[in-house]
Amino acid sequence: MTKVSMTVNGKAVSGEVEGRTLLSSFLREGLGMTGTHVGCDTSQCGACVVHVDGKPVKSCTVFASDVAGATVKTIEGMANADGSLSVLQQSFQDHHGLQCGFCTPGMVMSAAALLAENPRPTEHEVRHYLEGNICRCTGYHNIVKSVMAASGQDVSALAAE
Amino acid sequence: MPKDHGIGASSKRREDIRFLTGRGVYTDDMALHAQAAAVFVRSNVAHGRIGKIDTTKASAMPGVLAIFTGEDFKDVGGNPAGWLINSRDGTPMREPKRPVLAHGKVRHVGDAYAAVIAETVAQAKDAAEQLAEDSVIEELPAIVDMKAAVADASNRVHDEIPDNVCFDWGWIEDNRAAVDAAMKAAPHVVTLNLVNNRLIPNAMEPRASIGEYNPGTGDYKLTTTSQNPHLTRLLVAAFVLGIPENKLTVVAPDVGGGFGSKIYHYGEEALVLAAAKKLGRPVRWTAERSESFLTDAHGRDHVTKIELGCTKDGEILAIRTETLANVGAYLSNFSTATPTFLHGTLMSGPYKVPHVYVNVKTVFTNTAPVDAYRGAGRPEATYSLERVIDQMCRELGLDPFEVRRKNLLTPDQFPYQSPVGLLYDTGNYQATLDKAVQMADVAGFEKRAAESKARGKLRGMGLSTWIEACGIAPSNLVGILGSRVGLFDAATVRVNATGNISVMVGAHSHGQGHETVFAQIVAEKLGIPESSVDIVHGDTSKIPFGMGSYGSRSLAVCGTAMTKAVDKIIAKGKKIAAHMLEAAEGDITFEDGKFSVSGTDKAKTFGEIAFSAYVPHNYPLETLEPGLEETAFYDPANFTYPAGAYICEVEVDEGTGKVEVVAFHCADDFGNVMNPMIVEGQVHGGVGQGIGQALLEFTTYDENGQLLTGSYMDYPMPRAEDVPFYNVDYSCQTPCTHNPLGVKGCGEAGAIGSPPAVVNAVIDALHRGGHTHVKHIDMPVSPSRVWSAING
Repeated sequence: MTKVSMTVNGKAVSGEVEGRTLLSSFLREGLGMTGTHVGCDTSQCGACVVHVDGKPVKSCTVFASDVAGATVKTIEGMANADGSLSVLQQSFQDHHGLQCGFCTPGMVMSAAALLAENPRPTEHEVRHYLEGNICRCTGYHNIVKSVMAASGQDVSALAAE
Repeated sequence: MPKDHGIGASSKRREDIRFLTGRGVYTDDMALHAQAAAVFVRSNVAHGRIGKIDTTKASAMPGVLAIFTGEDFKDVGGNPAGWLINSRDGTPMREPKRPVLAHGKVRHVGDAYAAVIAETVAQAKDAAEQLAEDSVIEELPAIVDMKAAVADASNRVHDEIPDNVCFDWGWIEDNRAAVDAAMKAAPHVVTLNLVNNRLIPNAMEPRASIGEYNPGTGDYKLTTTSQNPHLTRLLVAAFVLGIPENKLTVVAPDVGGGFGSKIYHYGEEALVLAAAKKLGRPVRWTAERSESFLTDAHGRDHVTKIELGCTKDGEILAIRTETLANVGAYLSNFSTATPTFLHGTLMSGPYKVPHVYVNVKTVFTNTAPVDAYRGAGRPEATYSLERVIDQMCRELGLDPFEVRRKNLLTPDQFPYQSPVGLLYDTGNYQATLDKAVQMADVAGFEKRAAESKARGKLRGMGLSTWIEACGIAPSNLVGILGSRVGLFDAATVRVNATGNISVMVGAHSHGQGHETVFAQIVAEKLGIPESSVDIVHGDTSKIPFGMGSYGSRSLAVCGTAMTKAVDKIIAKGKKIAAHMLEAAEGDITFEDGKFSVSGTDKAKTFGEIAFSAYVPHNYPLETLEPGLEETAFYDPANFTYPAGAYICEVEVDEGTGKVEVVAFHCADDFGNVMNPMIVEGQVHGGVGQGIGQALLEFTTYDENGQLLTGSYMDYPMPRAEDVPFYNVDYSCQTPCTHNPLGVKGCGEAGAIGSPPAVVNAVIDALHRGGHTHVKHIDMPVSPSRVWSAING
């Protein structure tokens, strides 16, 4: 066991980890921050996406010890300082961009990373960027809509073609 | 103006706040004091005889607390099948025992034959690896292909079942001769051989269970990923472990999707309870995705021959099907109902077909159990029908829109007794077809096809007009048909002293948004704000005995129970108000949250009546109990019959065979709609899954029974780039005639209506491109299959 320290959602944290402890396990079990979900074991589903030093990362694919000293942001750190939903989170609620909620943390974290890189993405750009996040409930329609709306685009008339 | 609250409003979902901020609580999120971890040792062969399992080394490994094998459960019950189906000759189905842990034989890859409990998951995994090494499994030839399974009596999934057939069912057997005669007499007969591909449900939250036991009271608690906690309690307590139901609480907290796969009781749930009792500590198991692929009940997997007899101008005279349906290695709880009463009864679709006969043989194989998956039997029936009707049009040179119009039931024919046992109460199938045609701009198709052609793509259009039976189900009817459970539901409405309300419901929400929608309905009926109503679900110690959520039943069945309980609250409130207002009960009216004496300005608010019920100082105690809490159970009089018309447009790349869905239009009739936003979301999700089935998802076992598509690297889940925006309409509404909300159910529609629309569109595109030799392509219509079909 070694001690690892990092900053999570603006707070300095540390804990004992094994060499094999994944960042997702450290967050969920070590810190009790269970908002980050684990939906697969092959880095495919994206439910576990967090930001490490500002970049979206699948936390089930990173050893906790490899991100020692890093700045990590999770779904628990996405709301506004007063606890209200951020623009992106609010857009997911407004446009019914989630159903069972299990993929949602990863979707929000990936979408936030997209909007940071590309503040006004097209439909195609949103779909392409979210390629690494699987949702089984929504058929993606309202997720894409939520992300585009969060970027300030008018989504009221969106349908195929 | 659209409504902003109550019935019919697109109220935003209250559950979203916790899900969007990482504060949902799913089973694996719970870390209990002194919780131990369970890991299962699973067969890596499809079929084998279990020899010695030497636990010596594994037991001595760090952190190991206990080891269980099939031997530990040989004297407890098996996980039962929920429906008894009789074969055509009247003999009951073959029903092998499904033990908690495999005993004697392993029957599919992933079949658990031992479990290790340790302090941590990592320690349990290490010991499970050791135990696998120290276990002798004598591999036997795998039985994978259904036709081979039936043909070879020497190789048996269950030693006591010689031909691997569970049952050979005919529906309706008495009509068989008449159907054969009608088919023989028909001027034209169309035949199609179809595979309805096996699907893996893949709810994004893997299954997980926590067992707890309190030695001081003898009480057990199971926290688990379930769509129906009471049903799970009944199965695990009464059938498997023999625990009195009153000593077991089952909690299904936030559940990350189900789609059918979390209806069923699984052995892992019994194991964590037994382990918790043995250790006196909570024991948690969480599936890894690989385990989900191997052990969650799969869906579909039918091989069907369908014949359609018709006139030369496209009037359908008779339909006859023969199906082999895979049940996998064991009977999952509803695996026998899905290919029979949820499939055969839908084989006349929305059409007036005088003669229909359905034959289904269910077959055991060395593969994961197969059971209901979103739509459950109805997508299989719809696919067979809608494909064969398109083929009829092609053979006879008829227009698929006109042929459907000609055969659809007309509004004056309701109620309609179908030849396969259902009584459709209401519908207007022409209206949804007309709507879909308008939405899809069918008239403008040729222009779009020309534009596609200019870009080097073949464009095709596919139609599907479909019906389903939802709101499962009338208990007396399903009892006659073999169900071993009732299918009512229940709700308790508790008005608190301060006038706000807790509603305990038997339905379970795992994505559907019940916490929002059910509150809208109660708020509307009582004339109070939605925020004053809380919906409680998923905990058998809090809710009345209900049957949970599946079969698009939550609103039609549980919502009706809830509505009836609210009516009882209003009726009691009138009695209280009559006393307080010194008026006759018959003179009290209730409107907009106020009890009033008709024709006067005398009134009491809902809050005042509630307070009086709990502080009964001025109250008719001699004739009326204090308190304001009512429960209603509701058993539906009939199924509900949602229906619709779906139109899909695809572009096919002739060079690669890749199919892209470029437009998808849904005109649905769900009866009355409670929350349009949520209904649209349900249709989107269903269509997304249907496109997945049609184009992508293919569960593949090799000849040794190894699952080749056992991860997201191999099993193509639909991703955001694989699907378009969907065009959804629910304005054609023929309210259900036998429930007070007039609702029909919308959860499965998309997955039922969409696959044939996609495949019909692909075949249409190929024919328009001159590839007229292509009669059919099995799902998933993958690039390699399309390319091979084109290049013959």
